[in-house]
Amino acid sequence: MSGTAAVLTHQPGESTGVTNAKLGIWLFLASEIMLFSTLFTTYIVLRIGAASWPRGWNVLNVPLGMINTFVLITSSVTMVMAYAKAHERDLKGFQRYISLTILLAFAFLVIKGFEWGAHFRHNEFPSTSIFHAVYFTLTGLHGLHVIGGIIVNSTLLYLSRTDFEHPLFVGRVEGAGLYWHFVDIVWIFLFPALYLL
Amino acid sequence: MNHDSHSSSKPFYHYFFSTDHKVIGLLYTITALVFLLCGFMLMLVMRWQLAFPGSPIPLLGRILSPSLAPNGVMTPNFYNALGAMHGTIMVFLGIVPLGVGGFGNYVLPLQIGAEDMAFPRLNLASYWFFLSGGLLMLSSFILPGGAAQSGWTSYPPLAIINPGQTVWLFAMVLLITSSLLGAINFLVTSLNMRAAGMKLSRLPIFVWAQIVTAFLLLLAFPPLEAASVLQLMDRIAHTSFYLPQGLVILGMRHIASGGGQPLLWQHLFWFLAHPEVYVLLLPAMGIVSEIIANNTRKPIHGYNVIVGSMIAIGLLAFVVWAHHMFISGMSAVLSDFFLVTTMIISVPSVAILTSFVFSLRGGSIRFTTPMLFALAFLPMFGIGGLTGLPLGLTVTDIYLHDTYYIIGHFHYIVVPGSLLALMGGVYYWFPKWFGRKMNDTLGQWHFWTSLICMNGVFFPMFIQGLAGQDRRYYDPMAALHSVPTQPLHVVSSAFAGLLFLSQIPFIYNFFHSIWHGEKTDDNPWQATTLDWACPSPPPHGNFTKPIRVYHGPYEYSPVGHKTDWIAQNEEVLA
Repeated sequence: MSGTAAVLTHQPGESTGVTNAKLGIWLFLASEIMLFSTLFTTYIVLRIGAASWPRGWNVLNVPLGMINTFVLITSSVTMVMAYAKAHERDLKGFQRYISLTILLAFAFLVIKGFEWGAHFRHNEFPSTSIFHAVYFTLTGLHGLHVIGGIIVNSTLLYLSRTDFEHPLFVGRVEGAGLYWHFVDIVWIFLFPALYLL
Repeated sequence: MNHDSHSSSKPFYHYFFSTDHKVIGLLYTITALVFLLCGFMLMLVMRWQLAFPGSPIPLLGRILSPSLAPNGVMTPNFYNALGAMHGTIMVFLGIVPLGVGGFGNYVLPLQIGAEDMAFPRLNLASYWFFLSGGLLMLSSFILPGGAAQSGWTSYPPLAIINPGQTVWLFAMVLLITSSLLGAINFLVTSLNMRAAGMKLSRLPIFVWAQIVTAFLLLLAFPPLEAASVLQLMDRIAHTSFYLPQGLVILGMRHIASGGGQPLLWQHLFWFLAHPEVYVLLLPAMGIVSEIIANNTRKPIHGYNVIVGSMIAIGLLAFVVWAHHMFISGMSAVLSDFFLVTTMIISVPSVAILTSFVFSLRGGSIRFTTPMLFALAFLPMFGIGGLTGLPLGLTVTDIYLHDTYYIIGHFHYIVVPGSLLALMGGVYYWFPKWFGRKMNDTLGQWHFWTSLICMNGVFFPMFIQGLAGQDRRYYDPMAALHSVPTQPLHVVSSAFAGLLFLSQIPFIYNFFHSIWHGEKTDDNPWQATTLDWACPSPPPHGNFTKPIRVYHGPYEYSPVGHKTDWIAQNEEVLA
C-alpha cells in the first residue's frame, strides 16, 4: 500500500462518518448474521419436523454450558477493557487484557472439548441422531469462530510490541472487539436453544 | 509499493501478487474468460450425445478413459458430471467473476474517482480464493470419484449419495469466501472512497449495479455457505440434515439416523441462487447503461427509475426463491405468495428495459462495436424475461418445469443477455485497459456470428420444451414423447459448434490488440464518466490530477457547450 492510502484510511469517510475498517467489519458481521440465522432456521425447521426431540438438559451437560457462558461473557468484558487501554495508549494494560481474553477463549475451548469428549465416550456422534447432528455442527462452527478470534487477538498482541502507536491500531482492536462480541452473542443464543429448550 | 509497479518491465510475480485493483481486475477478467471457455467446451461434448445419442464422440472419444467413455460413447454418469460442472463453472467461475470481479474491480474505483479499492490486500486474497476454488473445481474431473454429478443445484439425497460431491462443496466454500470478501470491499469502496462532489445521485449506473450486486452477494451467499457445510457434514460425518427417515437406495436401506429434510436444501439453495440470477444480470445492465448513454450521445432516460428499479430488484430478490420449487411439494398458499412476488419483480426489470429503449429515442446513435452488443442485449433480455413469466405462474410451470423450455429461458437471459453485454464491456473498456483499441471488423464478425449462433442454439429449446422434452435426460430417445423433437438437438448442437468457432476472432482480436491494436487517446469514446478522466492505462493511484465532481454521470449533448459532452470533473462556469 502506498503511504498516502494508509494516511487516508484511518479517517472516517465523509458520507458515512466511519472508517473503512469499521464499515467493513460491520458488513462482515451482517454476512455472519445471515450465516448463523440460516443455521438457527435449520434447527427450528428440523425440530418442528422431527418425530421426537430430546430435552437439552437430558442429553447435554448444562452446568458446563453455564460455566462456558460466563467464561465468554467475562472475555467480552476483558475485550472491552483491552480496547479502552488501547484507546488510552496504555501498552501494558492492553497486553494484560488482550492476553486475558485469549486465555478465556482457550478456557472455553477446553471446557467444550471435555463436553465433546464425554459425548464421544458415550458413543454419541453427529451421526447418532438429528439432535446430535445439530448440536455438534452448530457448536463446532461456533468453536471455529472462537479459534478465529484467538488468532486475531493473538496477532494484535504480537503486533502491539511494534505497532501500538500506529494510527490504525486502535481501529484494529475495535474491529476485533466487534467480532469477538458477535461470537459471544452467538453463544448466548446457542446455549438456551440447545441446552435449555 | 512504488508508483510504476505494473509497468511491463517488472517481473512476472508483480502481476499475480499486485494489490492494484486494475491488475486484479484484469486477472479476474482473463481467468473468467478462460473458465467460460472451459465450461463451454464441456457443453460441446454433452451436445454431441444429445444430437447423436449413443454414437462415439469424434476425436475426444479416443482420448477419454474407458471409465468415462467406453468405445468413445459417454456414460450416463459422465454426462451428468459434464452437466453439473457446466452449470457450476458458467455461473460461479465465469459470468459472476467476469461481471463483478473483472469489470467491477477495474471500473468501479475509477468511476468513483478512488485511488484503489478500500482494502487492496483483501482484494488480492479474494482473487486467490477464487482461483484456488476454481482450480479445485476443475481438478475434480481427475480426482478419485470424479466430478460432481448432481447438477449445479446439488439436490439431496442424490447429492449426498453420488460420488464427487465433496470436492464440489469444498470448492464452493472457497468461492463463497471469495465473493463475500469482494462484496465487503465493493460496498466499503463505493460508500467511503468517492471523490469530492461524487454524490450518490451522481454515481454512474454501473456503480449502482455493482452496489446492489455486492449487497446481494453479501447477504445471500452465507445461507448457501451454511447449507454447504451441512451437506458436507452429511457426506463426511454421516449426519442426516437432508436425509429423511427410512431412505431406501437401490433396494438397500440407507444407514443413517434420518430425521432430516431434503426440501430444506432446496429452500436454502434457492435463497442464494435466485439472488444469484440478479448477480449475473445487474453488472451486465450496468455495462449496457454506460454504453448506451455514451453511444446515443444523450443522457440516459430515467436515471432515477433505473437506479430505483435496481434497488427494488435487490430487495425483492430475497422473497421470490421458492418459484423454483413449485412442483417440489409446497402448500398452495405459499405457491401463491411466491407467484405474486415473482410477478412483482418483473415490474422493475421491465422498467429498466423500457428506460433503455427510450434512451435510444431521438439519439444520434453511433453503431460502434460495443454499442452493437448493448443493443442486442435489449431484445435478447426481453425474450429471456418474457419467457420466464409462464414459469413464474404455477399453472403453466407445472407443465413446463424440468423441460428444455426452462433451459432455453434462463440461457436467453444469461448468454445472449448477460454474456453479450459483458463482451460489449470488453470492447468498450479495452482502450482503457491497454491504451489500444480492438479491431472493429473482427469485432463485428464476432458480434453477428455470436448473435445468430446463440439464437440458433437456444431457440429450438423452447419448441422442445413446449413439446414436453425433459431436461437432464442422458438419452433423449429414451422417452417416447421426446423422439419427435430430438432432431432439433442436431440444430442446437450444430449452432453450438459454430458459436465456438465464432469466438476465435474474439480471442485472436483480444491478444493481437493488446500489442498491435490501434493506439487511442485517454478518452476515445468521448465519455463523461471518471474512468475516462485518467490516462489509458491508468498509472498506480489512477488519477494524475486531483478529482472533483461537478456533474451527473451522463451530461451528453448539453446546449451551448463546445463539445457534445461534459465530463463529470469538468468545471463549467454558468
